[in-house]
Amino acid sequence: MERIQVVVCAGTGCTIGNSGELIEKFKEEIKHAGLENEISVKKTGCLGLCGVGPNVAVYPDNIIYKTVSVDDIKEIVTEHFLKGRPVQRKMLNDVKDGKVLDINHSSFYAKQKRIALNNCGVIDPENIEEYIAKDGYQALAKVLTSMSKQEVIDEVLASGLRGRGGGGFPAGKKWQFAHDQQEKQKYVICNADEGDPGAFMDRSILEGNPHSVIEAMAIAAYAIGANYGYIYIRAEYPIAVQRLEVAIDQAREHGLLGDDIFGSGFDFDLEIRLGAGAFVCGEETALIRSIEGHRGMPQPKPPFPAVSGVWGKPTIINNVETYANIAQIILKGSAWFASIGTPASTGTKVFALGGKIKNTGLVEVPMGTTLREVIYDIGGGCPNGKEFKAVQTGGPSGGCLTKEHLDTPIGFDELLSLGSMMGSGGMIVLDEDNCMVDVARFYLDFIVDESCGKCTPCRIGTKRLYELLESITKGEGTQETIDELLNLSQVIKDTSLCGLGQTAPNPVLSTLRLFADEYQAHIEDKKCPAGVCKELLSYIIDPELCRKCGLCAKQCPVGAISGELGKTAFVIDQEKCIKCGQCVKACHFKAIERR
Amino acid sequence: MKKIKEEYLVRIDEIVKMHQDKPGPVKLMLHEVQKELGYIPFEAIEAISEATNRSAADIYGVVTFYSQFTTEPKGKHVIGVCLGTACYVNGSQTILELLSEMTGCPVNGTSSDGLFSIDATRCVGACGLAPVVSVDDTVFGCQKQLEELKMLVLNYIKEERVNG
Repeated sequence: MERIQVVVCAGTGCTIGNSGELIEKFKEEIKHAGLENEISVKKTGCLGLCGVGPNVAVYPDNIIYKTVSVDDIKEIVTEHFLKGRPVQRKMLNDVKDGKVLDINHSSFYAKQKRIALNNCGVIDPENIEEYIAKDGYQALAKVLTSMSKQEVIDEVLASGLRGRGGGGFPAGKKWQFAHDQQEKQKYVICNADEGDPGAFMDRSILEGNPHSVIEAMAIAAYAIGANYGYIYIRAEYPIAVQRLEVAIDQAREHGLLGDDIFGSGFDFDLEIRLGAGAFVCGEETALIRSIEGHRGMPQPKPPFPAVSGVWGKPTIINNVETYANIAQIILKGSAWFASIGTPASTGTKVFALGGKIKNTGLVEVPMGTTLREVIYDIGGGCPNGKEFKAVQTGGPSGGCLTKEHLDTPIGFDELLSLGSMMGSGGMIVLDEDNCMVDVARFYLDFIVDESCGKCTPCRIGTKRLYELLESITKGEGTQETIDELLNLSQVIKDTSLCGLGQTAPNPVLSTLRLFADEYQAHIEDKKCPAGVCKELLSYIIDPELCRKCGLCAKQCPVGAISGELGKTAFVIDQEKCIKCGQCVKACHFKAIERR
Repeated sequence: MKKIKEEYLVRIDEIVKMHQDKPGPVKLMLHEVQKELGYIPFEAIEAISEATNRSAADIYGVVTFYSQFTTEPKGKHVIGVCLGTACYVNGSQTILELLSEMTGCPVNGTSSDGLFSIDATRCVGACGLAPVVSVDDTVFGCQKQLEELKMLVLNYIKEERVNG
């Protein structure tokens, strides 16, 4: 048994930071120190704090090192592993009164509770034995050997688990509908088409703990009477796809997928189907069309997939994070799960913190935690001393929440009542430098691009919404533009075919309601208070302050700045300027002003 | 229409045969063709249409629906700038414009010399490193690595000029 375990994060973020090389280097240095029999090194899933990756965790000391580079490893091995003195300057752990706190008591993790992410950052995702050692596939064994189908569904129902993909529909109810269908052939699908920009919890679960999803799909299949499954995953997630492939192969080798699992007579197998870059395929009927090899266009409901899904057979579709909770609900009981969170929103939720926030990454907190706790206590607030303006939740279907809402407990219904929504759990923090009209325009641009084109309100309506918003960002908006925005939004909401169109106006309505003054500034004063909308601002060099050094001209990518070195003050040609702001960053004398 | 290489036709044939008997084979075939050839030539659409008994127009509709399928070959180096929310609010639009200026390549197009393609991509899920740009298989978190990214692109341009 080894004395120390070194686990290196191999999620997408840390892999970009070259964590693969770190593993080799650790092994090399550990061998060099003669510790190879006492210390093991392995890769693992996401530790959560992607912003300061690559991260390396050391167990059982419960210390996480951040931004580890190859050059730091020798020091960590000799100081920490050999001499027992953890390297404080690279530690993520908080230090209080000269004492290093356990990582679970450090600010980023203290308020978190990891259920869906529980094995991420602990086990090697490409080794099924490690998952099994952590009670993996026990829930499946329990279900197959001692529970009836109805008992499984009742357990999930009693847990209060609601779909984590966005809608928040009770998972157990979906299972019940599919179970009640008198068809011989049924299917289970895992929706891993995480299209919401800014959300990456599903990717991290699949990268860090793929077996939890496979096990849960088998349990779901048993409960509804299916024997085949599909995991529909975005092709943008190559690491997750590869880990899933490995996991599926290993599960087959161990007889956990295939015929007669655990000798129970239950057969189940599954395959991966890749998305190809279409946001609308996250909608369940569109996803089914895509699996069948068609354009991913939504179908009118009813019939619901539970009645007529893939290949016309009863099908349940659950999100990755929903599945990731199932095995533990079965093992620890529905009462345990229901005791976490709030009565209407049980359990935990994983959020992807991004945008203008210090600790970007994944956090999992019990439902009912307030936004303030997530954004400030865990997320560390906005970086560089900037002022918090809003947090956008629910992606392109959601809305914004402001300072006033910070003490709202997070739950499906609470967020809806504030005009936003849970969505898949993306949380984009915006600060004073973000223009809310521009943010609304950004989401509409996304929707216009991703609208499948089937129904008119979404295809044409969102394009018109986009154009109206664009006219405001260009300073061409009037009061009538606002009225038109409101009117059109309502029509699109009422008449679109699927969720994508019905929720598309949300970012517009939400920003209009909460940031009316910013819209007014664009319309009345023709100013963008945050200095984002390019048509409404210009960069000007103050000839008094200019030291004629020419640094700005060097940085300008379009050659818009001219002047004579040391002789005349430099000038920006407004016609050529693309307003990229590079010159402002280059000037040491703050001589360039943004107006 | 320009003829495609004989070996491509053979490969398309193999791919179609490989997936023909699976349920819902069209997207499986398209993924494979896109991966192997770098784009989906009309010949592939015809072959898939014949094998699956669906019209070529129908298959073409599937190809154009998904943003990852392309009917034109890509440039030698493919630059992807993430325009997901986290990247966007951290200024990826500016980086996109900067790269487009630097390379002379239109956004979502290929430069006239065939050296670069620039794609404005959707979220790649590396939001912790926003804004994120990928050049071929290398990914840059531009908060810290913008200069490295610019150097790489400039090097490619320089190399091409020396060789070409």
